[in-house]
Formats: sequence, structure tokens, C-alpha cells
Amino acid sequence: MLDAAMPKSDFSAANTPPPRRASLLVAEGLCFEANGHRLIASLDLQLDQGSRSVIMGPNGAGKSLLLRLIHGLLKPSAGSVAWAGCDVGRATKQRQAMVFQRPVLLRRSAAANVRYAMAVHAVPRHEREARLQFVLQAAGLEHLAAKPARVLSGGEQQRLAIARALSIRPQVLFLDEPTASLDPASTLAVENLIQHAHAAGTKIVLVTHDIGQAKRIADDVVFMYRGQVEEHSSADKFFGNARSARAQAYLDGRIVL
Amino acid sequence: MQDFGAAFGLAFHLITSGDSALTEIVLLSLRVSLTAVLLACVVGLPVGAAVAVGRFRGRGLATVILNSMMGLPPVVIGLLLYLTFSNAGPLGALELLYTPGAMIVAQAVLVAPIVAALARQVIDDLHREYDEQLRSLGVGPWRTIATVLWDARYSLLTVSLAGFGRAIAEVGAVIIVGGNINHVTRVMTTAIALETSKGDLALALALGMILISIAVAVNAGVMALKATASRSAYA
Amino acid sequence: MSPNKSKINALAIGLFAAALSLSFSTPSRAGDKFIVVQSTTSTQNSGLLDYMLPKFTKKTGIQVRVVAVGTGQALKNARNGDGDVVLVHAKPAELKFVREGWGVKRYDVMYNDFIIVGPSKDPAHIAGMKNAPAALTKIAQAKAPFASRGDNSGTYKKEMALWKDTKINPKAHSGRWYRETGSGMGATLNAAVGMGAYTLTDRGTWISFKNKDHFKILVQGDPNLFNQYGVILVNPAKHPNVKVKWGREFINWITGPEGQAVIASYRLHGKQLFHPNAHRAHAGSSKKQQHG
Repeated sequence: MLDAAMPKSDFSAANTPPPRRASLLVAEGLCFEANGHRLIASLDLQLDQGSRSVIMGPNGAGKSLLLRLIHGLLKPSAGSVAWAGCDVGRATKQRQAMVFQRPVLLRRSAAANVRYAMAVHAVPRHEREARLQFVLQAAGLEHLAAKPARVLSGGEQQRLAIARALSIRPQVLFLDEPTASLDPASTLAVENLIQHAHAAGTKIVLVTHDIGQAKRIADDVVFMYRGQVEEHSSADKFFGNARSARAQAYLDGRIVL
Repeated sequence: MQDFGAAFGLAFHLITSGDSALTEIVLLSLRVSLTAVLLACVVGLPVGAAVAVGRFRGRGLATVILNSMMGLPPVVIGLLLYLTFSNAGPLGALELLYTPGAMIVAQAVLVAPIVAALARQVIDDLHREYDEQLRSLGVGPWRTIATVLWDARYSLLTVSLAGFGRAIAEVGAVIIVGGNINHVTRVMTTAIALETSKGDLALALALGMILISIAVAVNAGVMALKATASRSAYA
Repeated sequence: MSPNKSKINALAIGLFAAALSLSFSTPSRAGDKFIVVQSTTSTQNSGLLDYMLPKFTKKTGIQVRVVAVGTGQALKNARNGDGDVVLVHAKPAELKFVREGWGVKRYDVMYNDFIIVGPSKDPAHIAGMKNAPAALTKIAQAKAPFASRGDNSGTYKKEMALWKDTKINPKAHSGRWYRETGSGMGATLNAAVGMGAYTLTDRGTWISFKNKDHFKILVQGDPNLFNQYGVILVNPAKHPNVKVKWGREFINWITGPEGQAVIASYRLHGKQLFHPNAHRAHAGSSKKQQHG
């Protein structure tokens, strides 16, 4: 159903996509401190255009923090984040969207939530209805368009949050453990949405604890440990034979201290 | 006290007989207080939202000031406005003294800080929830204020009710700037003060009961509206 | 938009519209032809003004807006230009007001008298006395509670004048048997009844006062207790906004035969409260003055 509903062109992120494999994100010497604790310490990271990057690591490694730093929700204490050569800021945020573990929906109808995002991003008025119908259909929510967003089920809410994110046709979609509190059917629906967004050319940056999910989605894996990137490999390498002993231990289901 | 029984009877009689003097006073009370609350909301809601949402220096101080201004003494405000609107005062030329306009200003001044302070609290809670999402969407500060004001609108109704309660029950300021002039600036509270000073405690009490009933009716109406909204999860 | 939401919005808009229409629909009464009279609580509480003023308005079309405060505050407000006419009862203060140029001229209007009221048990045994200072002296000697206005009103000024004759300084006992309410006449009477205290009041307020409980008139008839009311036009030379023509019309009416007759005809519980005593006054060159 989703396949039929989703012609690639509708998610196409940029008019002229940069050449594949070029570094889209470059973070250098990234530090973040809070209350005297170094939560991210001199972190370097490069993410490629177009791939599905999955960030993994034990609790407290700084995954969500890293996501917020590269999205620009938090300011680094030191270091820099650049998207396609531009400093992270409002200009680049125009082409980014983020979905949180617990979806934050406005106290409005499902459709109004999507319309709000499009209005903020100055989507031309004549395009809005078509896009709205498209993303709601993609998320399987068209029959709930008029419902207050906050009476939807958890899975429906998360799909709506992603639909809202996709309505602005982001270059990059950040997802912070989007299925952590969802049942398997809802998780599958969310993963399908992510896959189709990617198929339409949107860069995916996903934080997850779910190793199965990482295996289903990842092109490359960033494994974090104590505020550092412990390993950044392609998915094949990482799941086949992780370089880092800690990553391997994590994949084996052992506790990584 | 036989006054209680007499007051009940009198209140009932006044209401059922549609006493025209009473009707006039009640309408003026509602007119003055509702307009004052409206004005106070126009000023107070954005101020409360700005303090809740803004990330500026002195925000903590602004909160403290707002909260303490909730308790502005009506008599002092009345006196300050009397001196302002008096013919000898800076705004005497407006000829507002001893008119409902002056009473509206007085109540609005008393109510605006209440609206602002309570709105700040309500909006602060909502903004904590929305903050990351809105910043992620790239929403600027003004649109953020507009968004939280709109989405908190049913909670803010309760806030405006608190303001209305203060306004309709207030006597100290309106009696000074309004003058309690019969047919012109006499409202429920100043009428009650007058009847009390005449020693007509039963009539004063009857008027008081009617005042309380009006406050209850207005509250019930707004709460019903809010409950309908809550049921459909907009609140 | 769900039907539920549109219903809520319609309701909200309806409430809002109702509030707005309430705010702006009530027209002001009697147009713009009005004067503001700064007067005292005693004239208002006695009901005289409610009886008298409609007759004046009916004849002249001029609405009279009365601000009823203590004499001191009435004169103060008039000094600020917040009134066209003052109608008060403290002759020395009124004359000073005119002397300082705030008022044009003072005219006698009417009088009533002050009385001392108190609990029927009468702990100071003053019932039936004809001499007010002597009665106050007995109250002070008995240390019986006495409620004073304690404000700047005409009644308070009268009370102070009476104490002066007794050579007693009651303020030295303030907070003990001498209690200053700092309130209007009605509030002070309520307080006196509540405390079982003696108090000085004008007869008009007393007769119309409904919360008498077991209180009664104990001292009356002393010439010292005479209470003269005067009327003054606020000086337009000080405050150009004073409505001179209408103010004069009011003063001419209240001191003229028609107003004087109305004052004399006012009865409460069958008793005459005020006695007109204007001496054929003329408040200036208004053409209206020769009526009646």
C-alpha cells in the first residue's frame, strides 16, 4: 500500500542532489559540557549524503546529545558542525526535521499539525493541501486527519510526527529512538515510513537501541561510547565483524560499562 | 441575625421582579469588568507568554515582579489613577474621571498582572513540552509565543476567569475613580458598600448574593466551554 | 475541522461577541449635559439627593452626578478641579476654600442637626442631656467607648470643636475607649453598633440608617449641634473646565424657592430631615435665576 502511494519525486529533498558519497555533515572537535561534566569530548564525525546512518551505543553514551548537537538544538561548548559546508543554523535547519522518542504534537487536529509545519517552512499555499494528503496517506492516517492529534494512539502519533516532518521535504531526517515505546506493528509502520523517506532521497540519521532495527535500516553505523565515536563503519562490517571490542560486546548482548 | 433570612428573601424578590435599578447596576458591572478583563488579556497574555518563552536577561526578575504585582492593592491603584485622571493630573484632559472608562482602566491595571502571571505559569508548562519541537521546526520567538498562546487557549480561559473574579469583586479602586455615581458609575460592589454604609445590611447582603451568583454563572459558562474542549482533547 | 471543534469555536466566539457588545452597547444616559457635585455621605445616605435631584434634572435637563465622600475629601477633589459644585457641611473649611480662590462664593442651603447616639443601656448616663460638651465629658470620665469618624469630614470637624469645649484631648485615649474608625458616617454607625459605642452623627443619616439595633438618640437640641450645609461653585478661574452655566443653574435652583421647597418637603419615616435656610441667594448672572 505504501509503495503505491509513494512516488519518489514527492520526497525528493533537493533540486540538484550533491554527488553521492560526498560528506554532508562534518563535525570537528565537538565538545559539550553540562554542570562541569564532559558529555561529548572532542568528537569528530563525517556523515555521507543519502545514506541511512544509525547511531548506537550503551545508555549514557551521548547518542541523543550528539543528535541534538548536529541538528543544532544544542550549542556545542567547543568545535564545529557544518552541513554541506555551511555552519549549522537556521538556514540549514530549514531543510532538516527531527522526530523525538515521544512525539510532540500540537493541541490541534492531525491535519493542522502538518499544516503548521508547512506554514512555518513557507511551503507555497497552493502546494499545501496536496502535500498534506500525500504525507497523511503515506502514514496511513488520512482517515484521522480531522481528529485531535493527542487522542491518536502512540503508533499513530509517531507516524503523524514523521508525516509532519516529511511534509517540509527535509534533506535530513533525524529520529531519536522513534519506536522505543511502540508495539511491533507500529514499529513496522514507522520503519516503512523511514525507508520510503530514504528512498525518496532524504538522509536518515537514526538513534536506536534496537539492534534488529539497526540491521534492518543501517547503511552505516556510528557506535558511541562515553561521548566519543568508538567506531564508524558500514553496516556490513559493523554487524559482520565490529572492529571495536566494546561494539562487539554490545552486539553480543553483554553489558558495556 | 435576622438579616440573613431577610437578605435571601430580598435577593429573590429583586431578581424575580426584574428591578430596573438592579438591572442597570448589574449590566454596568458586567460591562466594566468584562471590558477590563478583555483589555487585561490583550496586554497580559502576550506579556506572560513572552516571559515564559523568552530567553532574556532578567527573566527571573520579571517573573518575581509579575507574581508580586498580582497583589496590587486596589485602593493604591485607585488613588494613583485618581491623581492621573484628575483635572489637576497629567491625563485630566481625557475627562475619564468619574466615568466607566476610568473604572475599566483601574480594573484592567489590577487584573493585567494576574493574567500575565498565571498565563506565564500555564504557558511555561506548555512551552517546556513544545520547545525542542518548535526549535527543530525553526519557529522564531514571535511565532512560538503565538503558537503557545493559541494552543493553551482553553487553559488561558481559566486564567481570564481568575482575572474576572478579581475585577467584578473589586471595590477599592472603582469607588475612587468612578465615584459611585448613581446611574453612571454605580456597580455591584460600590452599591453594596453604599447600602452597608446606610446600615441596610439586608439589601447589601442581597446584592452580595446576586454578585456571587453572577460570578458563579460566568464561571460555570466558561468552565462548561472548557470541559467541552477537554473532552475533545484540545485542552 | 471536526464538527466538535467548530461547535466549540462558535461557542467561544459567541461568548466573546456577547462580552464585546455588552462593553460598547450601553449608551451613556442623559447625553452630555451634566455637572459633577462633590458632596458628603450624609446627604446621599439620607436619601435627600435621590429625592431632590430628579426634580432638578426634569426641569433643566441637567443631570447631576454626585460623588459622595467626606467634606474634607470633597473639598480636596474640587480643588483638583474634579467637580463643578460642592455641597458640604463644614462652614469654616468652606469659607477657607472660597478665600483661597478655589470657590466662587458660598451660599447657605439648609441645616439639620447633629445628635449623639448610643446604646440604650447608656453606661455614661447621658440620656436626655441638652449640653453636648458636658455629655462628652461624662463619656470620657466613664471611659465608655466612643466611635469617632477620625477622617476629615464635616461631622468629624464638628466633633473636634465639641471636644475642644470639654478641654479633654480624646486622641490621647485613641485605641482605648476613643476609637477612630477612619470611615464614612454609615460605616462608623455600623462600627458603633457593633462595639456598643457612643457616636456623633447627623440626624439625616441616623433616621435613614437601618442597622440601629438597640441604639437610640441620647443627646439632641444643643445649639452647638447645629449642622449648616453650604453650596459653592468651583472657581472657573482656577479650573476652566468647570461648567459654570449649569453649575449656577443648580445653585440657583437649590437656594431658590423651588429647591428650598423640595428640601422642606422631604420626609423619611414621616420626619423632616433638612430645614432649608437659604437667604434669597443669587449665584451670579444666570438668566435662569428669576424663575418661580
